Amino acid sequence: MSGFLLSWAATVPDYAAPLLIAALGLVICEKAGVLNLAPEGVMAVGAMTGALVVMGGQGPWTGLAVGALAGMALSLCFGLAVVVFRADQTLTGLATVAAGLGLSGLFGRDAVQKPFTGLPRFGETGWGADLPRLLGQQNAVIVLALVLMVAVGLWLGRSRAGLRLRAVGEDPAAADVAGVNVQRVQLLAIAASGLLGGLAGAYLSVVSAQVWVEGMIAGRGWIVVALVIFAGWRPGMVLVGALLFGGAEALMPRLQAVGVAFPVYIGAMLPYALTLVVFVVAMLRQRGADVAPAALGRVFLRQDRH
Amino acid sequence: MTPSDTSGRGRAPALLMRDIDKAFDGHPALTGAGFRLEYGHVHALVGENGAGKSTIMNVATAVYAADAGEVIVDGYGTALRTPAEALSAGLGMVHQHFRLVGRFTVAENVALALGGAGQPCSLSEAARRVREKAAELDFRLDPHARVERLSIAEQQRAEVLRVLLLGARILILDEPTAVLTAAEARALLALVRRLADEGRAVALVTHKLHEVAGYCDRVTIMRQGRTVLAAAEVAGADLNDFARLAVGELPDTPRPAPVTPGAPLLEIENLSVRRGDGSAAVEGLSLSLRAGEILGIAGVGGNGQPELVDCLSGLSPAVAGTVRLAGQEATRAPVRRRRRAGLAVIPADRSDSALIGGLPLAQNLALTGVWRGAFGPFWWLNKARMRRAAETAITERDIRGGGVATPAGLLSGGNAQKLLLARELGPGARVIVAHSPSRGLDLRATRAVHDALRQAVREGAACLLISEDLEEIMTLSNRIAVMNHGRLSAPMPVAEASAQALGALMAGHA
Ligand SMILES: Nc1ncnc2c1ncn2[C@@H]1O[C@H](COP(=O)(O)OP(=O)(O)OP(=O)(O)O)[C@@H](O)[C@H]1O
Ligand SMILES: [Mg+2]
Repeated sequence: MSGFLLSWAATVPDYAAPLLIAALGLVICEKAGVLNLAPEGVMAVGAMTGALVVMGGQGPWTGLAVGALAGMALSLCFGLAVVVFRADQTLTGLATVAAGLGLSGLFGRDAVQKPFTGLPRFGETGWGADLPRLLGQQNAVIVLALVLMVAVGLWLGRSRAGLRLRAVGEDPAAADVAGVNVQRVQLLAIAASGLLGGLAGAYLSVVSAQVWVEGMIAGRGWIVVALVIFAGWRPGMVLVGALLFGGAEALMPRLQAVGVAFPVYIGAMLPYALTLVVFVVAMLRQRGADVAPAALGRVFLRQDRH
Repeated sequence: MTPSDTSGRGRAPALLMRDIDKAFDGHPALTGAGFRLEYGHVHALVGENGAGKSTIMNVATAVYAADAGEVIVDGYGTALRTPAEALSAGLGMVHQHFRLVGRFTVAENVALALGGAGQPCSLSEAARRVREKAAELDFRLDPHARVERLSIAEQQRAEVLRVLLLGARILILDEPTAVLTAAEARALLALVRRLADEGRAVALVTHKLHEVAGYCDRVTIMRQGRTVLAAAEVAGADLNDFARLAVGELPDTPRPAPVTPGAPLLEIENLSVRRGDGSAAVEGLSLSLRAGEILGIAGVGGNGQPELVDCLSGLSPAVAGTVRLAGQEATRAPVRRRRRAGLAVIPADRSDSALIGGLPLAQNLALTGVWRGAFGPFWWLNKARMRRAAETAITERDIRGGGVATPAGLLSGGNAQKLLLARELGPGARVIVAHSPSRGLDLRATRAVHDALRQAVREGAACLLISEDLEEIMTLSNRIAVMNHGRLSAPMPVAEASAQALGALMAGHA
């Protein structure tokens, strides 16, 4: 039993890390008042680009970086539409998902199902061969994700730039007269969320699967959207949510490995259902405490009546 | 303030605006308007609702971009393109609707703006400066209090303080006293006077002419987007001339003849209401209101008035006591049954709890009638009938600034209130609960509101008038009671009520 638990616990971070990274990006974006449904598409583009770069002979870190930049590029298209041209954020977000999925399918056509060597786990490196299993299964990006979480939390909560960003999400008119450039803050926040969303996607292909297949994001982008809401836009709670979902997801392969028969569809559904239940309970307990950024999804125009 | 800051006195005007045009979606709000403000002066800007007072001040601080005209600060004609640039040019504005982030603390709001002016500022530094400035101005203000938990007067103090901390030499206050009680307003105006005497320039938008007479050096009057009186001396002028210029000739309304009240329409016994946090808002309140009379409830704001209104309108429950509406027991009745019994409510915050800003005029007007089936059966809304009703209301009540399809949120304060009156004071209204119904309204609109209430009462309704404005209470009411800490004093006939007696009751030592 303890062997089973250990092997399960060792794989959880690998499932949780991409969710955490993408969700942190989304927190930044939505704290600036931009409702962003695009992660599914942004992650797809990141995953495809990262895989292509690594297959083209570059190192995994280059793959992750280029994947992140590709996610940012797509995200900026979304940003251009909603911030500069004031398009509807919900519709544009959905369109961005479609565009991201389409683009990744198109450019990744020839790369499908061709395994490659991605980022090694600690246990696979020369220096880490003697690490205990729980640590040996992890990789550098997981550490990066944890650092990122602390950094984002502190930056949003404590720094002056974070204060300005939150002001834009709470009351853009007030931020505007206080001298904050609302449009620029929102664009930067969208760019940051794209960067992290792309990185999360690239993690899935370059680090986790080390192969690219179409549709490999498999709804994780939507989980990220839900995660952020349920976590009340708090980075710490996002970690809890990501671990929860990652933990449930990691359970399936483990159960199969020890020979527990399980209908595969139920297994695939379980992480989603579990996360939903836990978060609904959590939400009921915090009862109506309104934590969403007050101006989330509202397009700001200085001349409007506020 | 350093002497160099005051050296502007006697030189170029602090703020000079010429030939400003500004239109919103093709509707002109300003046509050739101007404004000239000197250092050392408190300069009143007066005019009816929708005259363009807020608009021209927003142009000055670059919140709105003018279509034509020039804005010159300190004699330099550099164009200000954003509110941030206006701030660093020394222009600070306290907006009619405060521009503070509600979920932030006072210190956070200050830090936000200070950072923007290029002066790095940590939270503890901001808190320290708030505390210092508050002491200097004789304010009570906790820098770590969340803005949304502060009273309106405190929020306003936070705004003033922030603008001053940013180093504003030209201060614009848009209807600062509309939301204050008389004592709070006096304190603010005294501060404004002091700031001007120290050498700053202050523009004060107001509807109250006694403020112009008591605290201002100059007055500019606007009407329908034009400046009709520019920077006139206040000393020695006749206030009635100003009133006439601002809103035109006002007919004298005769004092209403004493009425013989009819049957009791609203009977409240021992009513108690709690606030959201469990504290007592209204305690053991009893009153009886009869057809044909207006019962005025005076009192300093925050003594349970909004909670009483919410309870009577059915939005929050009573913890004890009974309410009878037009003879029917209604203590626990849902909103719909109260409305059917003839309850009409004019809440203090019309944009928050009475009108829906995004919906057109016609639909706002129909909101309550739809219940009664006035616009067709429940499965079919008769839009044509709604539009006709709205057209009638617009002409009858003289609602300006939009047609049946205009979103209510675009109306000026006075016109929004007329819209609300048109809806609430229809033929079915028997018990009218009105809370500060003329708050923020110009003289003419105030008169229209008062006339509408008198008219409704003459036609057999009863009115509970809750107001912090003693003058309003004294002119309208037949009987007057005072609310203090959730309790109501015994009502007295208006003939026996003096401002002193009421004032003593309001202060709680009588
Ligand atoms: N952002 C806006 N969008 C559309 N119309 C506007 C806007 N701001 C003002 N208006 C319109 O411009 C006109 C002038 O409005 P403004 O707010 O300047 O009046 P005001 O003199 O300040 O009135 P009040 O005494 O009610 O505050 C009004 O007809 C108003 O409806
Ligand atoms: Mg105004």
